[in-house]
Amino acid sequence: MKRFAKLIQQLELSNKTNDKIEALVDYFNYADDKDKVWVIALFTGKKPKRPIKSALLKYWAIAITETPEWLFAESYANVGDLSETIALLLPPAENTSDFQLYTWIEELHDLEGKDDETKKEFILSAWNKLETQERFIFNKLISGNFRIGVSNKMLVNALAKQSSLDSAQIMHSIMGKWDPYKITFHELINGIHVNTDNSWPYPFCLAYALEQEPEKLGLISEWQAEWKWDGIRGQIVKRNGELFIWSRGEELVTEQFPELHFMMGVLPDGVVLDGEILAVQDKRVLSFSTLQQRLNRKTISKKQLEDAPIGFFVYDVLEYESKDFREEPLSVRRKILEQLMGGLDESPVMISPVINCSSWDELADLRQTSRSINSEGIMLKKLSSHYHSGRKRGDWWKWKINPYTVDAVMIYAQKGSGRRANFFTDYTFAVRDGENLVTIAKAYSGLTDKEIKEVNSFVTRNAIEKFGPVRTVKPELVFEIAFEGIAESKRHKAGLALRFPRILRWRKDKNADEINTLEDLRQLLQSTL
Amino acid sequence: MALIEFTKKGIYCKQGDFYVDPWWPVDYAVTTHGHSDHVRFGNKYYLCHTLTKPIIKRRISEDLNVETLEYGENISRNGVNISFFPAGHIIGSAQVRLEYKGEVCVISGDYKIEDDGITTPFEPVKCHSFVSESTFGLPVYKWQKQQIVFNGIRNWVNDNINQQKTSVLIAYSLGKAQRLIKNLAGDTPIYVHNSIANLNEVIIEAGVNLPETIRITPETTKDELRKGIVIVPPVMRDSRWIKNLSHPVTGICSGWMQVRAHRRWQSADAGFALSDHADWPGLMEAIRATGAEKVYVTHGFTAAFSRFLNDEGIEAAEVLTRFGQEDDEENKVDLAGQNENK
Repeated sequence: MKRFAKLIQQLELSNKTNDKIEALVDYFNYADDKDKVWVIALFTGKKPKRPIKSALLKYWAIAITETPEWLFAESYANVGDLSETIALLLPPAENTSDFQLYTWIEELHDLEGKDDETKKEFILSAWNKLETQERFIFNKLISGNFRIGVSNKMLVNALAKQSSLDSAQIMHSIMGKWDPYKITFHELINGIHVNTDNSWPYPFCLAYALEQEPEKLGLISEWQAEWKWDGIRGQIVKRNGELFIWSRGEELVTEQFPELHFMMGVLPDGVVLDGEILAVQDKRVLSFSTLQQRLNRKTISKKQLEDAPIGFFVYDVLEYESKDFREEPLSVRRKILEQLMGGLDESPVMISPVINCSSWDELADLRQTSRSINSEGIMLKKLSSHYHSGRKRGDWWKWKINPYTVDAVMIYAQKGSGRRANFFTDYTFAVRDGENLVTIAKAYSGLTDKEIKEVNSFVTRNAIEKFGPVRTVKPELVFEIAFEGIAESKRHKAGLALRFPRILRWRKDKNADEINTLEDLRQLLQSTL
Repeated sequence: MALIEFTKKGIYCKQGDFYVDPWWPVDYAVTTHGHSDHVRFGNKYYLCHTLTKPIIKRRISEDLNVETLEYGENISRNGVNISFFPAGHIIGSAQVRLEYKGEVCVISGDYKIEDDGITTPFEPVKCHSFVSESTFGLPVYKWQKQQIVFNGIRNWVNDNINQQKTSVLIAYSLGKAQRLIKNLAGDTPIYVHNSIANLNEVIIEAGVNLPETIRITPETTKDELRKGIVIVPPVMRDSRWIKNLSHPVTGICSGWMQVRAHRRWQSADAGFALSDHADWPGLMEAIRATGAEKVYVTHGFTAAFSRFLNDEGIEAAEVLTRFGQEDDEENKVDLAGQNENK
């Protein structure tokens, strides 16, 4: 556990990728094999089951430290993390422990089903033999996520460097289905488990945003242009008579989308398709807000099935006849895909069409029409490109249309969490509605650290009222808010909600009477329906 | 009638007609210590501890009219008896004890309880009312013994030297820098920024026993610095000068480094929770030891800390400082290591 605690500390202290990889390699060189498996599990979001609710941890910590609840809340507000607040509040440990990370995880696992008194005894005794940093990690094992800026790609790079194995293979291995309680480190990184598993998806190939003129990419004839659809990226896997649907978040979402289950009978075995899960009606893509009604639901009602029918637009074929086709050029993969999808014209699963253009100018004009078909721009893929694991610069580009924007005034501010726990970084914005201001969005990104400090100082000087952590501030600072879509909403006073709102820039040149009105947004909403 | 009142210019004693650590120019300024938010330019007279005199003369102006007191000494001003007691914050820092017609008030300024090896250690003073800071007035702020922290810093430096990296510690030039020098002095040479070297001269001249350091000059080579410990003030933190060193790694020494969020907000490679302010148990211990009936809470988590004291049966009131209610705590975090000590 001490070694893992040190790793976390190292990862947190640097924001340089190379330092992080170095720290990970160092860890994988020396740590216990069983621990390593758990570190990979934790960093890729395979959390062990939580035997104890975090509310109980908090309750016990309050009880043994005799801290009033309000003071705990104040401390939490300053620290910005529950596990850490508890770790810091507890008195120094009286004992020590040489338990490994995996031992703690197994011990916690064994608490499953025990009564609260047994759990409490275990936790209190654990707290009393762990140092502050170890305690923090211990609490995180029970109640939280490790947000330490280690992407899957970074983890895989470190593992590849340490083991001298191929990084795509490792990515593939750790993304599949495996049980950290059972698999060994060796089996895991060598991918022993993935061949026997019917479900495993491939790592998605991702695109970078195009920031230059498309002309710079060379001849348009070397590129395949497609619409960029605004849904949930997914893979359909058909192997040995089983069908699996994966979302980009590495989640199995097969059950959520019954409309796609017919593919089981249609696709031959040994096929993996990459595409976009969308709300589709009569071959027309519906808005993202329609799709949203279908996401993260445990059960689906008949009405939801009718209101938001699901379709799948296929981009690519990654596996065909049980062979990995990712190293074949896109042009070849596309031919196979067209052949494969030939007979599926009347189904909700269809090939995402290629846009045929003879010049970049022509394509640029077409791109302007993206919104009319609920697309968010154009994807450019080199015809000779392989299907890469993750993001690789050069072969795939997303050429998105500019977002919608609205000028709004800040009226509430709230402190952030984590790194930003002591700054007012979360703002609520309003537009004019006659004489009133009505809130339309909350956003917390898009400003530089320097600007955050400036706004922070404004908020502390101009706070009108306090509601818990929220400050009402003088409506004075105007920001340009970018967003990707707009939808009707009963929950919001404005009657509409913005999608992906974020601060585009601080309009220091504008004052509060120059902002947009609610009517402007209503008109926009009407135009997208 | 109370001995002190809180005015726009600062803490005022009407009976004695003087201010303690005023923010605006006044006739007579009793000064707790030499950090710039406690002592400002433009007062007609200053009263401070003997060791603070050369510091403020060097930092503000040689022309200041300064009277001094040793710890335990007293003078009378308009019938108010003023005496100084060690605050343990930095060299020369004093708690100001006021007595008038049997009523005793102590203004602590900034203080810490732990003996840091270079500052005269804090001494509790019995009083009726006590003005306390609350920079770290939340129970999550509990310091480790400084020897543990210094061991951590030494290990960090040794690792850096082995990996051919240059260790740069960021520390406020008055107080933290000398504490580091005193406690880290050994086989590894310590290189200090000009502003620290200048203060060191004054402090050594005043009779404080400070280990030897090397002033960084344009002639100092990167090679030399890489084999030593470099101490620079917070203004240098993101400077080109540091970037140009040979594989520089920076470490911030500040109480705020106790919390991950604050560590990560800083663009430093390491954070060491080393503070010249009392931690939560320290504040509570100090306040209980005064036996005060009334506590005024300034600087920091004033609201939470005074509420807690009231709940504990110690009458306490929040005092707003010039820098505004919330401003303080936040600006301090913002500039961790820089403002904390002022």
